[in-house]
Amino acid sequence: MAYSDKVIDHYSNPRNVGTLDKSKANVGTGLVGAPECGDVMRLQIEVDENQVITDAKFKTFGCGSAIASSSLATEWLKGKSIDDALSIDNMEIVEELALPPVKIHCSVLAEDAIKAAINDYRVKNGLPALEEAKAHH
Amino acid sequence: MLKLPIYLDNNATTPMDPRVLEAMIPYMTEHFGNAASRNHPFGWAAEEAVDYARDQIAALINCNPKEIIFTSGATESDNLAIKGVFEMYASKGNHIITATTEHKAVLDTCKHIEKLGGKVTYLPVDAEGLINLQDLEAAITDKTILIAIMYGNNEVGVLQPIREISAMAKKRGILFMTDGTQAVGKIPVDVEADGIDLMAFTAHKMYGPKGVGALYVRRKNPRVKVTAQMDGGGHERGMRSGTLNVPGIVGLGKACELARLEMQRDIEHTSRLRDRLEKELLKIEESYVNGSREHRLPHVTNISFKYVEGEGLMMGVKDLAVSSGSACTSASLEPSYVLKALGLSDDLAHSSLRFGLSRFTTDEQIDYAISHVTEAVNKLREMSPLWEMFKEGIDLNSIEWAEH
Repeated sequence: MAYSDKVIDHYSNPRNVGTLDKSKANVGTGLVGAPECGDVMRLQIEVDENQVITDAKFKTFGCGSAIASSSLATEWLKGKSIDDALSIDNMEIVEELALPPVKIHCSVLAEDAIKAAINDYRVKNGLPALEEAKAHH
Repeated sequence: MLKLPIYLDNNATTPMDPRVLEAMIPYMTEHFGNAASRNHPFGWAAEEAVDYARDQIAALINCNPKEIIFTSGATESDNLAIKGVFEMYASKGNHIITATTEHKAVLDTCKHIEKLGGKVTYLPVDAEGLINLQDLEAAITDKTILIAIMYGNNEVGVLQPIREISAMAKKRGILFMTDGTQAVGKIPVDVEADGIDLMAFTAHKMYGPKGVGALYVRRKNPRVKVTAQMDGGGHERGMRSGTLNVPGIVGLGKACELARLEMQRDIEHTSRLRDRLEKELLKIEESYVNGSREHRLPHVTNISFKYVEGEGLMMGVKDLAVSSGSACTSASLEPSYVLKALGLSDDLAHSSLRFGLSRFTTDEQIDYAISHVTEAVNKLREMSPLWEMFKEGIDLNSIEWAEH
């Protein structure tokens, strides 16, 4: 299967690979997927006092499409409020990266990771947990 | 100059040896006759070429030329052998014994047999990939008509104890069939010494053309017959109808001749390069060879690089054509069933690469592969949350993963 240019670009030059200090109150961490399934994504966000995402980092174990989906997600998250970030839909990732049908699950995983990170931040900061994030797992 | 990409997927298929192609060409243009045309020189020339190829093949596997049935490839040969024996020996029994690590051409054919009312036992393998002979003995019943165990495995290269298996089959009056696809032409295979009754093999895994293979069917001690699976002109002693693929057969013959004459050189060459590749790649932390290293084909190695996913790794080594035990598609999130049968956990199976070398592989290509794979593994581990956890001493099994 041939990869799209955008997937190759994100894979070759991944944006925002790294780790944020998960012990900090303003850092939310989402860890989704499972090693047995062949993909695990960890997505982290750092949020300022206005609930705007100032930094985002990821690490992914998975195929090129999974790496590209999470790399793209970190790009999109920066500068968004945590409420706006919730509106990122996996199909937007599919379109942006031109993922083929067999790789749609990679984008779903990225969306799950975003929601899980935001949820982690919310719970840490006394906000109600997201219904959707709970329903996913 | 090193030409990229480098082909290291020779268990999937091999390039044709130019000497094979050269032998085939006249049989597509000048000598185009039908080998079944008995009444003019065009047919005679074709028939003569087919007979010559039969001799070349027979010399490689030590059989009588009349024991070779030409087919379209190993998949057809596997089907013909298993279905053909099941039908032909229906009065003797309906039980077949095979192993979980067989190629799909054998496993799916066995599934078909089960649908027809046959009974099939799928023997497990140990961590090395070998079947247990006591398991085999225990699986035999008075209804067993066929034992079908492959010679060398396509994914890990493991060689089964063929002579012990055939001896057991013979003692109980059961036919022994082997899928020799990866072994024939690569290591000495002798149907007499090995006690093989039926054997499937194909040209394109030994530097021959695609679309042509053969089934060896023993004619003496015992005389084996298989029921044809295609109706037609009754070619190949009634076991496989269809006009013979003369150029393909000439190519298979030539490939067998070259394999026989150059086998020692090929074995030394590929095993030397394979061992070097393996030794260097094992210097990467948390990397493991899958399957037996003692009982193994000379040109194959299958290595898992823990905490890196195979498909992602293949993309990282895009200048190398290799294959992975990981299938990260929505249709199948299941990693290789062969690696799982060896007892590998799913995550290790997802982290595997298979390297298959050929007589054409060079030292320079192996050097490149070593540095390219090492670099890609390191880069992906920097990106891998699992590697980070491993480095922090976190037990991955202690984490409650969100399965999706």
